[in-house]
Amino acid sequence: MMRSLSRHFLPVLTVVLLLVAVWYAAAVAMNAKWTLDQAARADRSVAPAELVRDTLSQDRPKLPAPHQIAGELWDTTVGKKITSKRSLVYHAWITLSATLSGFVIGTVLGIVLAIGIVHSRSMDLSVMPWAIASQTVPILALAPMIIVVLNSVGVTGLLPKATISAYLSFFPVVVGMVAGLRSPDRLQLDLLRTYHADRSQAFRKLRWPASVPYLFTSLKVGIAASLIGAIVGELPTGAVAGLGARLLAGSYYGQTVQIWSALFAAALLAALLVGLLGLIQRITLHRMGAMER
Amino acid sequence: MFPSADGEVRALDRVNLEIGRGEFVSFIGPSGCGKTSFLRLVAGLEHPTGGELEVNGLSPDEARQSRAYGYVFQAAGLLPWRTIARNIALPLEIMGYSRAEQKDRIARVLSLVELDGFGRKFPWQLSGGMQQRASIARALSFDADLLLMDEPFGALDEIVRDRLNGQLRDLWKRTEKTIAFVTHSILEAVYLSTRIVVMSPRPGRIHRVIESTLPDERPLDIRDTPEFATLAHEVREGLRAGHSYDA
Repeated sequence: MMRSLSRHFLPVLTVVLLLVAVWYAAAVAMNAKWTLDQAARADRSVAPAELVRDTLSQDRPKLPAPHQIAGELWDTTVGKKITSKRSLVYHAWITLSATLSGFVIGTVLGIVLAIGIVHSRSMDLSVMPWAIASQTVPILALAPMIIVVLNSVGVTGLLPKATISAYLSFFPVVVGMVAGLRSPDRLQLDLLRTYHADRSQAFRKLRWPASVPYLFTSLKVGIAASLIGAIVGELPTGAVAGLGARLLAGSYYGQTVQIWSALFAAALLAALLVGLLGLIQRITLHRMGAMER
Repeated sequence: MFPSADGEVRALDRVNLEIGRGEFVSFIGPSGCGKTSFLRLVAGLEHPTGGELEVNGLSPDEARQSRAYGYVFQAAGLLPWRTIARNIALPLEIMGYSRAEQKDRIARVLSLVELDGFGRKFPWQLSGGMQQRASIARALSFDADLLLMDEPFGALDEIVRDRLNGQLRDLWKRTEKTIAFVTHSILEAVYLSTRIVVMSPRPGRIHRVIESTLPDERPLDIRDTPEFATLAHEVREGLRAGHSYDA
């Protein structure tokens, strides 16, 4: 236990510490100009210790120091009521709900399309190129249009954002599930033919279970894409609510600490979601007899 | 005839053979002599371009639809996400047997292949020989009279193979199945069969059919008797005359 702990965490911890150190150094270097300019304007000189202290505690630094972001994160999560518009938990929940709705829609759509593609040659030829083409359009260009169009037909709130999430997340599911549903080999398919199994039996007993490992891999990519979709979807709505809105509002007012803390909240959320899926994946595959590793 | 990259290949040509109920017929020949193709034709997995083929008085496709045979492939082909018992249940589920019936049959065929107690294991927990035995149990589970076996022991080492040959022979005698068995091994063919079909390649033909003169009771050391050696010699001669050894 201790050995595996040190084996896994020691390298990670080392890298994290290194990054933090580099970050502090960069914060001092990038924020120094402002401190020096202020001092020059007041016609006084700055001692090195004072310079370091000041660069790490500015209100609107070019690069906030890690402890400033941590402080802001603490303030806006634990320090505020979660119903407050200044609470990051409130905004994260708005983004999360759009992410999850979009993820579910995208996953279902992706699975349905994959099943169609695997079972119908004409769908294979017609749908796949469109699915690929859909992902070559930059989502930043597409998102405002989706929001505007849906708004004009009276659809507002969660659904437009979920649509963008679904748009991004269905693709990895389609690609992964097509590969997964086609993963049974010739022998396994012949075996079912010798039993005179019909297509739906071949699907339920062979193709679907064979595709489960592929599905989880796709879902992990898909949920991260969903989160990005939801955040991008929050940008053109005029910064009302959500992590995307926090990012946008932060950049309007030069609130770098707020931007960075929203970024970190988004990253944490993504890590949490992917981690959760990873856990479900391990449990499911274990029950399906996967070899212990 | 099968299409191939450079036009059509005549896989089998003028093959004429009748297999009686309860026989154990081996098909031996070099790679490319069409023995696997022949088995796949019987199973209705491929379709002939000409000729007549009947399985229990039905066309191969009808025989397949009436689940008249169990097929054992070169690899065990067990589904990795199912336990051994669930793997054996696969054909039973597809054919609509009740839960209780499935349980009975699983227990019965597991003991038939001497795998009692392994039902709850997953395939990767079993050795290659045990996996192949499980796949034979799977083919036996729905009581087809005909067993089609395509080099089922080809990937196993000789020691395991000897043991499985003995077990298969016992199993055949006990269950009175008809078995069509494809192999590369002269020893295996002679030891197991009541009749040995020697095939020659390009195009695949039946070169000779040799009736076994061995007694019904065959312990493994029957292979050291002169009678066995004579038969094996005959098969080898047949293969040579059919140009099987020309490289």
